[in-house]
Amino acid sequence: MLSIKIAIRFLKTGGGQSLLIIIGIAIAVSIQIFVGLLIDSLQKTLVDRTIGNSPQITILSATDISTIRDWESLVRVVGEVDQIKTVAVSATANAFVEDGNLDLPIIVRGFNFDDIDDIYNIRDSLYEGDQYQSAREVLMGKDLREDLEVDIGDQLVAKTPEGEEIVFIISGFYDLGVASINESWILANLETTQRIFNFGNRITSIEATVKDVFAADTIALEIEKILDNDNIKINNWKDQNEELLSGLEGQRMSSMVIQLVIIASVIIAISSVLAITVLQKSREIGILKAMGIKDSAASLIFIYEGLIVGLIGTTLGVILGLCLLYGFNASTTSPDGAAIVDLYIEYDFILKSWFIGLAASTFAGIFPARKSLKLSPVEIIREG
Amino acid sequence: MSSIIELKSVDKIYTGTVDTQVLFDINLTFDSGSCNSIVGESGSGKSTLLNIMGTLDKPTKGEVIINGARTSDMDKNKLADLRNETIGFVFQFHYLLPEFTAEENVLIPYLIKHRRASKEIMERANELFEILGITKWKNSTVTKMSGGQQQRTAIARALINNPKILITDEPTGNLDSETTKKICNSFREINQRFGSTFIVVTHDLRVAEKTDRIIEIRDGKIEKDTVK
Repeated sequence: MLSIKIAIRFLKTGGGQSLLIIIGIAIAVSIQIFVGLLIDSLQKTLVDRTIGNSPQITILSATDISTIRDWESLVRVVGEVDQIKTVAVSATANAFVEDGNLDLPIIVRGFNFDDIDDIYNIRDSLYEGDQYQSAREVLMGKDLREDLEVDIGDQLVAKTPEGEEIVFIISGFYDLGVASINESWILANLETTQRIFNFGNRITSIEATVKDVFAADTIALEIEKILDNDNIKINNWKDQNEELLSGLEGQRMSSMVIQLVIIASVIIAISSVLAITVLQKSREIGILKAMGIKDSAASLIFIYEGLIVGLIGTTLGVILGLCLLYGFNASTTSPDGAAIVDLYIEYDFILKSWFIGLAASTFAGIFPARKSLKLSPVEIIREG
Repeated sequence: MSSIIELKSVDKIYTGTVDTQVLFDINLTFDSGSCNSIVGESGSGKSTLLNIMGTLDKPTKGEVIINGARTSDMDKNKLADLRNETIGFVFQFHYLLPEFTAEENVLIPYLIKHRRASKEIMERANELFEILGITKWKNSTVTKMSGGQQQRTAIARALINNPKILITDEPTGNLDSETTKKICNSFREINQRFGSTFIVVTHDLRVAEKTDRIIEIRDGKIEKDTVK
């Protein structure tokens, strides 16, 4: 109790010196919070915008025949895997549409609308028109629409590779934000696609999203093990996006290094300032020891000093860091006013940073505390 | 009268580039409740003797027995307990904590062992402030007090735990003659009222003359031991 009381008084009378340590900790922790959360948000935004609105696991045929039969049981098994969020089946085939003298390749993708909405968030991507209702209705991407100059209700005449003509009615236009999809995918009813391309009841792929996108590879392996079927192959986004992943990993590592440097500088800064305090207060410590305070209690004064400045500094740092983050996010917007980075506030990370800052500050008190152990009252008294 | 401090064949040698012996075969006994002074010239070894009696320093040879216990058998923590409970110190410089008020400074030796000040200890602090004539300044911070008031606060602090021994080293060394007189009278009153054993190291004969026993020390040896 006395050690805490003395620590508080030492800090209070330290005035500017104590304030400087607190500001130092607050700035360091705020940078840690700002950098950590920003990089984390950047990664998540990047992943979300890259693979968030697409399947993270895709099951395809591994045989010469590109379609899968008896897919209902496979869908059931995949859907039962704990980490799987949504599962959809698709019947996909290539076709062509005429644009003047050119034949444009298109991909007709047959889905149940609710399934495709779960994966591609298609409902929110519809910028004109409505979802397909009747068997012939389809959705067209923004880029293809611009090429073909068509409107809602217009007919879309496509040809199968075999030369058979198919006529669709355009019910809506979507914009998934990916040009390669927007210019080639025609989204249609599953049964219609199966019938037009003579798939029968067969499908071409099972697509799934997972709860933790970074666990997609292990979940894919788990599914492979459960299904134990040589006729199918399972792809996951991680295996297909190694460059993106290594970029993200590099970003994560640089964030870690920045945070480690910050923690190290906090410890060094606080230690050195508190070490000066030991010298400044050596007379007081000496006389306290003469009065019977034990070495451990005298050392605790400096540990408590570290703890108190840490408590105030890290708390202020968290607030400052969040203000910086929100301020940064508000000031960096795309021309349409939307934020460039979607903020993901990880409370675990904030709590961890707060705790690490506090632990580092308290730890920094150990060095001056050790120094105080060596203070001998008789030497202080002899020196006057 | 039983003895409270016993020194048996105490030597003290400071080791360094050149070893210096400052105390030679000191044998002394102080009776409980007695009022004593140790006088000697600067460098005679009197402060070293005082520090050894106060367990702040260790003898190179010999034994120190305080309140029946051999200090050589005690570790640092036990010695700290002994100082806190049995010995009060007053030094030439007051060494008060400038961050605290006079009252808070006085209570520190008690708070080393207790979580909070009891009603009884507050009453004792007030009594000491009254005896020492500093009641008016008990809520003042140390820096706002005069040298005499600071030294009297240091005396109150030394006495708060009702120690059996009060060791003072040149307590009036920095004070004018009027304040010195007042402090000497306070020492005498405290000695009679609380029965503490008083040992004062001084080179001021006016202070020494107020005690019942004067021990003269020269070149680390007891030159004269006079009991009035």
